[in-house]
Amino acid sequence: MARITLDALAHSYLPAPRGEDDFALKPMTMTWQDGGAYALLGSSGCGKTTLLNIISGLLVPSRGRVLFGDRDVTTLPTAARNIAQVFQFPVVYDTMTVRDNLAFPLKNRGMPAARIAARVAEVAAMIGMADALDRRARGLTADAKQKISLGRGMVRQDVNAILFDEPLTVIDPHMKWELRTQLKSLHRQFGHTMIYVTHDQTEALTFADQVVVMSEGRVVQAGTPQALFDRPEHTFVGYFIGSPGMNLLDAEVRGDRALIAGAQVALPGDHGLPQGRVQIGIRPEFVTPAEGGRGEEGGGLPFRLERVEDVGHHRILRGRVGDQPLTMLLPEDHALPAGIDRAVPATAHLHVYADDWRVPPVAGERAD
Amino acid sequence: MDKPVNNRAWFLVLPVLVLVAFSAVIPLMTVVNYSVQDTFGNNQFFWNGLGWFQEVLDSDRIRAALGRQILFSAIILAIEIPLGIFVALNMPKRGFWASVVLVLMALPLLIPWNVVGTIWQVFGRVDIGLLGHTLAAMGFDYNYVNDPVDAWATIVVMDVWHWTSLVALLCYAGLQSIPDAYYQAARIDQASRWAVFRHIELPKMSGVLLIAVLLRFMDSFMIYTEPFVLTGGGPGNATTFLSIDLVKTAIGQFDLGPAAAFSLIYFLVILLISWVFYTVMTAQKDAP
Amino acid sequence: MTLELRGIARQVGADHHIHPTDLVLERGTMNVLLGPTLAGKTTLMRLMAGLDAPTAGRLVWNGQDVTGQRVQDRRVAMVYQQFINYPSMSVYDNIASPLRLQGVARAEIDRRVRETAALMRLTPMLDRRPLELSGGQQQRTALARALVKGAGLVLLDEPLANLDYKLREELRAEIPRIFERSGAIFVYATTEPEEALLLGGNTATLWQGRVTQFGPTAQVYRAPVDAVTARVFSDPPMNFAAVRVAGGQAALDGGRWPVGRLADGDYQAGFRAAHLRLDPTPGAIPLAARLDVTEITGAETFLHLSRGPDRWVGLIEGVHRPPEGAALTVWLDPAHVYLFGPDGRMARPAPYAQAA
Repeated sequence: MARITLDALAHSYLPAPRGEDDFALKPMTMTWQDGGAYALLGSSGCGKTTLLNIISGLLVPSRGRVLFGDRDVTTLPTAARNIAQVFQFPVVYDTMTVRDNLAFPLKNRGMPAARIAARVAEVAAMIGMADALDRRARGLTADAKQKISLGRGMVRQDVNAILFDEPLTVIDPHMKWELRTQLKSLHRQFGHTMIYVTHDQTEALTFADQVVVMSEGRVVQAGTPQALFDRPEHTFVGYFIGSPGMNLLDAEVRGDRALIAGAQVALPGDHGLPQGRVQIGIRPEFVTPAEGGRGEEGGGLPFRLERVEDVGHHRILRGRVGDQPLTMLLPEDHALPAGIDRAVPATAHLHVYADDWRVPPVAGERAD
Repeated sequence: MDKPVNNRAWFLVLPVLVLVAFSAVIPLMTVVNYSVQDTFGNNQFFWNGLGWFQEVLDSDRIRAALGRQILFSAIILAIEIPLGIFVALNMPKRGFWASVVLVLMALPLLIPWNVVGTIWQVFGRVDIGLLGHTLAAMGFDYNYVNDPVDAWATIVVMDVWHWTSLVALLCYAGLQSIPDAYYQAARIDQASRWAVFRHIELPKMSGVLLIAVLLRFMDSFMIYTEPFVLTGGGPGNATTFLSIDLVKTAIGQFDLGPAAAFSLIYFLVILLISWVFYTVMTAQKDAP
Repeated sequence: MTLELRGIARQVGADHHIHPTDLVLERGTMNVLLGPTLAGKTTLMRLMAGLDAPTAGRLVWNGQDVTGQRVQDRRVAMVYQQFINYPSMSVYDNIASPLRLQGVARAEIDRRVRETAALMRLTPMLDRRPLELSGGQQQRTALARALVKGAGLVLLDEPLANLDYKLREELRAEIPRIFERSGAIFVYATTEPEEALLLGGNTATLWQGRVTQFGPTAQVYRAPVDAVTARVFSDPPMNFAAVRVAGGQAALDGGRWPVGRLADGDYQAGFRAAHLRLDPTPGAIPLAARLDVTEITGAETFLHLSRGPDRWVGLIEGVHRPPEGAALTVWLDPAHVYLFGPDGRMARPAPYAQAA
């Protein structure tokens, strides 16, 4: 196992890239600790698969280096990197039994039979396939095959990292819960470095200690799920993390006040006079509906309700502030006020963005 | 998932059924008709029962031809299938060279049967043929006209040259359908080249391989034109395969009754062996 | 306009793909078919469309028996999980194609294509080819083609399953808005409870070829008729625990609560993940469990708990990090507890759901 360092890494699929736009992966530097659980999160085409392929050795980056520990592996082929990988669709050896599938990576490395048997039994128990060890892999369901793929990824203890490429795509929602929990306990038990690529925020946030959010070939923020939720550094993170995403409202900011659609709201600190396109960000979780606003300070924003969606444990209120869309979440056990015409944001959770990047308060903020 | 039931579709199939009836069923019935009757000319026919079948099955000449035929098909399959797989595995997977190789491979398949025979007939001649002359110049006593072994070798090499591309192209198509993830997983698992072939490529090729085996078996079992042009069945009867023998019986001697019985037996043998191949190869696939 | 399924069933050999099913779908409604893979959603849709013939029952459209009528002769549109468009045609021609087949006049085609494109936000892409578009735009094109026909029945078979999470979220919010205007009957198959809730309308839950319940979505969610429906309509999965009822009191883990005049005996208590709490609320009962794993999304925390043979999931708002692998007490308000009888039928709905 090893620490993984990405040193000034960049990649272009063109032989002679000119501008920044030619790069599928824009320059990035990052260090992933040994034994950590990391997720690369972004929509399709954001560069996360390119990055994964560079780490797995399928691609040699145009610029920069990849280090496993202190060893430069930038140009090493996949087989020499000592990694494991689980793919989007199950990759199993159809002609082999489940047992042979799990044992295969160990056999190829010449591990003694007794140790292989013990290890296979351990992994089979973990993925819940101990009863099916002697069945042929052909003819199993997609769920079961994907579990075998996960098992084969886990079976070696000495790998530098295990890479997951959207491994739960073919899995039913109920099974996802089970497999995610298993992955998580496997990580805790074995302490492998794990890198998980996905477009699904729930999978990324629940799996990883550190989530790397990518957009258009760039890392826009890397941090804990909590940091990404509480303090998105870029409007894309606000939009992409959380469901529904963060509300962004065009505003005028003066010090510790913001003017939105003619109403004034207090900000959690002095933000100076930010330039460019200035927006206020607030998550739907932190806006409360109210009625009979008197338009005075603290009375929130004028809000026109358009639609209420009941999603079980909360309701989504969709509407507009001026001509800008705004959503709020109302917990299941809170009554829906009759004549909603105000949306009251919680000051502590307001953020200021200028040209999509977050503007911290002038006086600084306490670290979490 | 089932298709909707729509009986109108049968009308669309009707023209094909009529065509098949004219091209296959009616001639076949004629053959059946001949096979159970005898004639002394003047369009007079006499019931002969299974007499011709008996005669064909008892004929040493035909048994010898059948033996040669089976040996020939066995040799052809034993060479062309592995060779075709080997070629397919080594063909470039994509890019400019893939297209070039595909065109080159398809060339032998486009040449008419009798032309293939003629090409090799000339190619192998000791006096003017490049191959024959070269071999003779190198001191080999090669002569496909006189030597049965040389004649066999020439026919086998000719068939391999003609048809291995078909096997290779079919396998190539099968290989192309394997997602890259499988190869990548195998590299990560440090699978040997053999294991990749045995556990990834071969299973994924099994479908097309079945078609290749059946096609090559049927074709080689019915081979006629090329050996006829090359050796005419000689020297002696060394390369008289079933079809050549059949034509000799039917056209050469105009023994229509035995020829008809012979044809039917020939047809049943091909059907039987094809069925065996099919059953064996698919049974292995369906095993749990 | 109504579509009625009267005892529709489909059997292949000894397999019941769909057990006899009665459903009435009304004009201008969104009807969600919710169930796991292989529950029979696609089969049921194919029966509705006339792509498969039922082995029993009648299909009635506006009072007229259309069982066995060919799909071409019915006004049906279907959208699939895969983005199915004509790759060689522009988006405009793709949307226009069903109208051209119907022989609609040119000017009318142009008007309807542009109108539908505007509704689906495809106007800037009309001259492009489908493969030059993003997955979301490709699926919008397929949806537009289904809508433009003016079909009376529009079937959507997991149309968002192949899209990125965020695109899915956006289209999900858009689809009800778009379809409210068209007045057709919509049938939408999905495996995800959250999707059913967001779409609203009516929901039919499916399990092993059987429609277990059909009704307004929120009602099916809050008042499931049996444990199977409750399980199908819960994500995270519903939590279950064995309880004993004696003398009008249910007992779980030492906690007791009144259950009215419910007969004495053994029951299954069911409750949703979001109703477990880390802090006591008035009237809540404590439950002793072991915390296996926590998952933190930033906004919420998932607690994966085990309690004897039972596996539970708790969904708690905010970020919490109780020690993993240790005992943990969670709190449950009996108002949120459903009781299911030994046959799996609902014996007592959760009181909170009745109040709502």
